[in-house]
Amino acid sequence: MIPGISIYEILTVTSILFFIGVYGFITRTNLISILISVELMLNASVVNFVIINKYLFPEVLQGVYFSIFIIAVAAAETALAVSIIINLYRQISSVEVKDIETMKY
Amino acid sequence: MNLNHIILIPLIPLAVFLILGLFYNKIKPAVSGYVGVLGLLISTSLAFYSAYNYFFVIGKTEGVYQTIVEKTVWMNFTDSLHIDMGILVDPISVMMLIVVSVISLMVHIYSRGYMKGDPGYTKYFAFLSLFTFSMYGLVLATNLFQIYIFWELVGVSSYLLIGYYYTKESAVAAAKKAFVVTRFADLGFLIGILIIGYYTGTFDFETLNNPEGTSILNWASTSFMGLSALTWALVLIFIGGAGKSAMFPLHIWLPDAMEGPTPVSALIHAATMVVAGVYLVARLFPMYYFIEDGFALNIVAFVGAFTALFAAVIAITQTDIKRVLAFSTMSQLGYMMLALGVSGYEGHEGLGYMASMFHLFTHAMFKALLFLCAGSVIHAIHSNYLKDMGGLRKYMPITNITFLIAALAIAGVPPLAGFWSKDEILVAAFEHNKFLYIIGLFVAGLTAFYIFRIYFGIFWGKEGAYKNKPHESPWSMTTPLLILAFLSIVGGFIPFSEFISADQAGFETHMNYPLAAIAVFAGLIGIGLSWLFYKKENELADKFANRLGVLFTSAFHKFYFDELYLFVTKKILFNIIARSAARFDKKYVDGTMVGIGNQTVNTSEKIKGLQSGKVQDYAFAFIAGAVVIAIIFIYIWTN
Amino acid sequence: MLRSVIYLSFVLVSIAGIFFLIDYNFLAAIQLTVYAGGIVVLIIFSVLLVHHIEMELEMAKASKKIVTAIACIIGLGVFLTAIYSYDFNVITNSLTTTTADIGAGLLSYEAGGFILPFEVISVLLLAAMIGAIVIAKGKKLTEKNNQPQ
Repeated sequence: MIPGISIYEILTVTSILFFIGVYGFITRTNLISILISVELMLNASVVNFVIINKYLFPEVLQGVYFSIFIIAVAAAETALAVSIIINLYRQISSVEVKDIETMKY
Repeated sequence: MNLNHIILIPLIPLAVFLILGLFYNKIKPAVSGYVGVLGLLISTSLAFYSAYNYFFVIGKTEGVYQTIVEKTVWMNFTDSLHIDMGILVDPISVMMLIVVSVISLMVHIYSRGYMKGDPGYTKYFAFLSLFTFSMYGLVLATNLFQIYIFWELVGVSSYLLIGYYYTKESAVAAAKKAFVVTRFADLGFLIGILIIGYYTGTFDFETLNNPEGTSILNWASTSFMGLSALTWALVLIFIGGAGKSAMFPLHIWLPDAMEGPTPVSALIHAATMVVAGVYLVARLFPMYYFIEDGFALNIVAFVGAFTALFAAVIAITQTDIKRVLAFSTMSQLGYMMLALGVSGYEGHEGLGYMASMFHLFTHAMFKALLFLCAGSVIHAIHSNYLKDMGGLRKYMPITNITFLIAALAIAGVPPLAGFWSKDEILVAAFEHNKFLYIIGLFVAGLTAFYIFRIYFGIFWGKEGAYKNKPHESPWSMTTPLLILAFLSIVGGFIPFSEFISADQAGFETHMNYPLAAIAVFAGLIGIGLSWLFYKKENELADKFANRLGVLFTSAFHKFYFDELYLFVTKKILFNIIARSAARFDKKYVDGTMVGIGNQTVNTSEKIKGLQSGKVQDYAFAFIAGAVVIAIIFIYIWTN
Repeated sequence: MLRSVIYLSFVLVSIAGIFFLIDYNFLAAIQLTVYAGGIVVLIIFSVLLVHHIEMELEMAKASKKIVTAIACIIGLGVFLTAIYSYDFNVITNSLTTTTADIGAGLLSYEAGGFILPFEVISVLLLAAMIGAIVIAKGKKLTEKNNQPQ
């Protein structure tokens, strides 16, 4: 545990981080910005796991393991997302969200 | 001795109808003709067998022919009020079975020749079988509702057959007119049925007709505007019968119904369907006689007499031979109603009833024969009008002889069938009401006159302008003519009163020689006058018509009743009632439905936006929904 | 656009800093390597690939921003209320976790071991690689492959 900082404060921080990610995801118009917001959200959740693990259950390491997997998955997902964005860019020469609205009523 | 085979009699034509109707495209026309005739042959033999069984083998019990009823409950309203389906065997129903079977069989055989080459041949035979089935059902009905059901079925078959030449506008209009007029009359019939059901608690004929039963004994217990409610009901039921039997003023459909093929006219509009009204009154005769001392029966008699006179006067002037025969049918039906109206109940008093049924029997024979001969002539010349005909006796000898036999029968010349039945009617009328007797006698003279007018007009006189030499009809058409002619000759000798009477006991009749002589004399005067006017070509008829002036023209135009009805329906009913009803329907009822549809479309347009293709919107909905659910479940629900 | 990526890398490094404070050194190292090293570089490359020189970073409509902000604040409120109303029993300690511990846990067969997810993750990464290659290959390369045949 980090001396002087209670668990409440860190959990507050991660929550704020998470919601900043949500805000960015919904508001941004560039696809890559959306990807960055997703990264923020994932990171917030990683920190949450680790903090709970350290503060409440210090003997076991499940939180750490799980966080490793989350990081791995996030990396893979970002790579694929980038490749899709590149492909899309080749088709329509734009990475704006308003140009990919064709699947609607 | 069981009578279970009677149920087969209506079912066989029904089966033929279904087979011909369902496999209509796959059956060759000739085969359908054979199937129809075969089915009817079986039904006819069964009918004769049943008649033999009923009258001779079972015979009278305690001096009365028993009514045998087999029925099952079809719809249950209360314990006592229920609608059954079944068969009722009693003297008049067995007699009607024979009449319907014989005439229908003759018409089937005749149609094989008459309708040959027509494209809808199979359809025609299917409809004929449907009609025969409906008529059998009507005759064998055990209660008012069952008779109503088959009544309507008969009306439908008539509609289908009149409108058989559906490409001809006049035929379609005639079919519609027939159906609408009879349907309108059936409204009265239905109301009458409901009133009877309500006041007596039953629809069943056996219970209703029992002279010691509660329905008849308690007639005075309910009263409405001075007459018993049951009298009103009987008058309404008579209105229904009057529509079907073309009594004045519901007669307008019968002349137009001649647009159908001639064998159809012979079957339906001469011998079977139009007698359904007479049959209905006969079926309910005990009620008519006992309730309110026969008030309704008087109405029946007067309407019948008036119709007979009215129709005979019009028939004298018509130039289309089928129309003359149609009015003749109307007139003879008037006779039958008149006979029922002047009848009593016990023994010899019930002479009118017996005479009416006897006349029904013989009239079926010779009127069908008249129509089939007319069909034979029309088939040869391809025209219905008298002015195109003349001098045909050289070319069509068989038709000539059979038409002559039928004409003599309808004129009432002894010893042919018509003499016996018409004589009995006149005797019954004489004993009851002298005024009606005078009318009946006058109409007998008119009948002879008009029927010989067309006989001379077709077969004697100057030859018409024939493009090809007319030839006699083929054997399939002349065989029925010969059979019916034979029946017209011998039919009168059946001792009818032994079998059919109002109280089902049978009685003996004796010839009333003076009255018979007067009737024959009236007939001979009619024949003589038409011989004078029409046998050779002369000016007498036209001069006489001109002297009568207005009277003649109005009779020729059927006393302008068609125009009157058309005026009433078009100007009054259509414009006032129908138009406003249509407008209400279109604007409000339709408008509501369309409005609901429009609202749905508008709403869906508005919520269409939910399906934008934007992922961000979906994510937003996701987050917002999750937050809302979290709030609900964590804070509100657990409290 | 690039600036936002740099800010992202700052955030990732700060998070690595939190991990260091907690004595999870291995995890912090992974965070720096994978995230701050790999992913940020990847994103920078993609930004440069799709960058138009005259591109203005568009902003969303004002109404959308406000509604989203309100929703986020409400959500945050829910989270914080939930967190603060719960009594966490914090155990004070200062255990240092070594990499050997983490490795032993990851590869152990006994209960509480994470060997299976480990293998699954490796398959996942393989799939991701293949997928990325297939998607990003594009039409021209496939045509070139098919032509000599």
